[in-house]
Amino acid sequence: MNVKKLNLKLKIWRQKNRNSDGSFINYNVQVSPDASFLEMLDEINNGLEATDQEAIHFESDCREGICGTCGLVINGRPHGPLSKIATCQLHMRNFNDGETIWVEPFRAKAFPVIKDLIVDRSGFDQILQTGGYVSVNTGGTPDANLIPIAKDTASLSMDAASCIGCGACVAACKNASAMLFVSAKISQYALLPQGQPERYRRVERMVKVMDDLGFGSCTNTYACEAECPKGISITNIARMNRDFIVSRIKKQDAESDVIK
Amino acid sequence: MIKLDSKIPGGNISEKWANHKFNMKLVNPANKRKYTVIVVGTGLAGASAAASLGELGFNVLAFTFHDSARRAHSIAAQGGINAAKNYQNDGDSIFRLFYDTVKGGDFRAREANVYRLAEVSGNIIDQCVAQGVPFAREYGGMLDNRSFGGAQVSRTFYARGQTGQQLLLGAVSALNRQIDKGTVKLFTRREMLDVVLIDGVANGIICRNLLTGEIEKYAAHAVCLATGGYSNVFFLSTNAMNCNTTAIWRTHKRGAYFGNPCFTQIHPTCLPLHDDSQSKLTLMSESLRNDGRVWVSRKKNDLRSPIEIPEEERDYYLERKYPSFGNLSPRDISSRAAKEVCDEGRGIKGGEAVYLDFADAINRLGKKVIEERYGNLFEIYETITGENPYKVPMMIYPAPHYTMGGLWVDYNLMSTIPGLFVLGEANFSDHGANRLGASALMQGLADGYFVIPYTLSNYIASAKPAAVTTDHPEFKKVSKEVTDLTNKLLSIKGKRTVDDFHKQLGRIMWKKVGMARYEKGLKEAVGEIRNLKEEFWKNVTIPGSGNDVNQTLERAGRLVDYFELGELMAMDALNRNESCGGHFREEYQFEDGEAKRDDENYSYVAAWEYLGENKWNLHKEVLEFEYVKPAIRSYK
Repeated sequence: MNVKKLNLKLKIWRQKNRNSDGSFINYNVQVSPDASFLEMLDEINNGLEATDQEAIHFESDCREGICGTCGLVINGRPHGPLSKIATCQLHMRNFNDGETIWVEPFRAKAFPVIKDLIVDRSGFDQILQTGGYVSVNTGGTPDANLIPIAKDTASLSMDAASCIGCGACVAACKNASAMLFVSAKISQYALLPQGQPERYRRVERMVKVMDDLGFGSCTNTYACEAECPKGISITNIARMNRDFIVSRIKKQDAESDVIK
Repeated sequence: MIKLDSKIPGGNISEKWANHKFNMKLVNPANKRKYTVIVVGTGLAGASAAASLGELGFNVLAFTFHDSARRAHSIAAQGGINAAKNYQNDGDSIFRLFYDTVKGGDFRAREANVYRLAEVSGNIIDQCVAQGVPFAREYGGMLDNRSFGGAQVSRTFYARGQTGQQLLLGAVSALNRQIDKGTVKLFTRREMLDVVLIDGVANGIICRNLLTGEIEKYAAHAVCLATGGYSNVFFLSTNAMNCNTTAIWRTHKRGAYFGNPCFTQIHPTCLPLHDDSQSKLTLMSESLRNDGRVWVSRKKNDLRSPIEIPEEERDYYLERKYPSFGNLSPRDISSRAAKEVCDEGRGIKGGEAVYLDFADAINRLGKKVIEERYGNLFEIYETITGENPYKVPMMIYPAPHYTMGGLWVDYNLMSTIPGLFVLGEANFSDHGANRLGASALMQGLADGYFVIPYTLSNYIASAKPAAVTTDHPEFKKVSKEVTDLTNKLLSIKGKRTVDDFHKQLGRIMWKKVGMARYEKGLKEAVGEIRNLKEEFWKNVTIPGSGNDVNQTLERAGRLVDYFELGELMAMDALNRNESCGGHFREEYQFEDGEAKRDDENYSYVAAWEYLGENKWNLHKEVLEFEYVKPAIRSYK
């Protein structure tokens, strides 16, 4: 266990609410290298509260990198300088004594700031609530082993399903595109037999909401994949685009059938 | 005073649930939409309940304090979910899962509930697969299983080390489907702060809108609480930062009895504490014990690095003490054994940690196999500690993890308040004094998918609860009480922070109401908690206002309830003059240090009725064991 504490200068974004202007405020802190980044913020907040100043508001919950609640832009990168971790898994041993650290909320038109470092990511749920499921009621399902799925297929589907819904992909993208997030859900189901009956209707509906909410388009910079704490692959975006095109063709076919 | 009636149906245990399902009344499909049901919490139990009730046609209002249903802490469960499918042909059956769970709970659970749990366990797996949950598979396309602590069969289904995540996302997808269809309305960023009873019946809740601070009222014909456990009373636990007891505690204060509050589970495989700035403890999945071997040095205060300690100077104490279960011994037993060796001064470098070593497994199976099984867990470990577990053994220590106690419910999952149902970890029901690994996910989903849709329908069809609106004077009264409490907290303007108080409460709880308890310590704890609570109400500081996002205020409100709950936990532990499961009283042990249960005097559920500040009345639900005869729980 390391004992020598680090002295750091923090520049943290403070913003009273959605409609007010925000700015960076300076904080000096001494912290153990074994502490996590969020524990460092806890310490600062404890000091602020003890002197009757409002705590820096940020969100976190599981602090194990799985719930997707936390998410800060640290020195310009969503979830900080390391790859494949969420903010809560970042530890102070990854910073140098005397370093200045910039801390900001995720920034995207579709993720408005609520307060300080908290943003509104409810758009993600609106997308999932428009077809992001397999339609099956409770009960009346066949025995689980009646749906055999090849190990590799299950594994690919699981890769996509690992998404924690944190929004780092949107924050990383210059277009604030949500296509990595949406395509991960589309792919999870598109790869499995259970997802087939609604495959094309699903992609059509989800993409429409995604566009309506003001998320941008993908221009293949791969920034989303680079910052994704779960390493979700951009091949999912390709799969979604392909399914989306197929859905348009199927729709045209169906319409021309009607005309005939 | 309410008489406790567990409402266990008659008949043979294997027929109870089937008969009960037939005997329960149904609500006409056309009438269902006229009934509003509130579901608080969107974890496994809450999301599955809200979705299933929505599918049936009820008008469901679902609540979560998170920004999204998917954030509930069920998401963090790693290891797996049990089901008596017997896909491995290794002798599993509904009866064996039932037997293991009753025995694992040290004979302090209700047989009929546990049997039902085992009975529906297979349906859960079918349901999740149909939803598109990507469980681990074998090459032939069949589902894979693994073994887990406390069982000798392989009945655990898993999705890498992220089973809870996948099951929750499955349940949330079912919830999302109902939201899409308009049967469920989801309210996010709402914290339930009280329940509203009209003529003694649950008819609504009061919430704080966490964005605006507004105190909101919601009326319904029935209320389901699926708000999780209360391990954060210890401050440091494996629970998420926002897990809290407020919903069930305030409901307890309105008349719901609290069952077995002292039954808390200390999980054996967590990362040790590094320093006092630490905010929580991280769990490493119990599945690691399938291939990892737990050991400490035979010498006290051994300062050598693990690699320097030769084989003959290592004590694989679980394998030595419990040869038939070894490293897979149940959680309570493994945790206590770790505490014992550390108390002897044989912990790592004399401190509070033991080794979990994969060297043998890597030699036997190769690094690739271990990587496949536990890769992501090893990564998590390395991220947090900066050490590579493929090369040096992991360091672990027990930490508060799960609470078997919770609101008392009958067989229908209804509390002592009519119309108020409690699901998942929030109720006391199925795990007795100790929960087995991979059983929490099973219980949450059993309650939500397969129990509550029947029992809640039966309540509505038989009790025919009256329609109420939030104009009722009782809503105004309770909402004013909630507002007053908030204002009171904000007006104290003292000097000490909320976390400072919470950490002190946690230290009292861990030291005196933690892994080993004794009469004197428990009595001291009650006094210390009362004093701390008194100081809190004079000296806490909560900056900011009540009409805005205020996370400090949120934490303060939760801590208020932890003081009271902590006191009741100590009193319950003091009342239970025996050792059983996670409850270990130092006065009651055999010479070899094993727990000494007292079936003659304590084979009951302690259900506490709240009478006013610091005052409770104890009610007993006597437990009868017809099918699994209580015996000394041996894993030797």
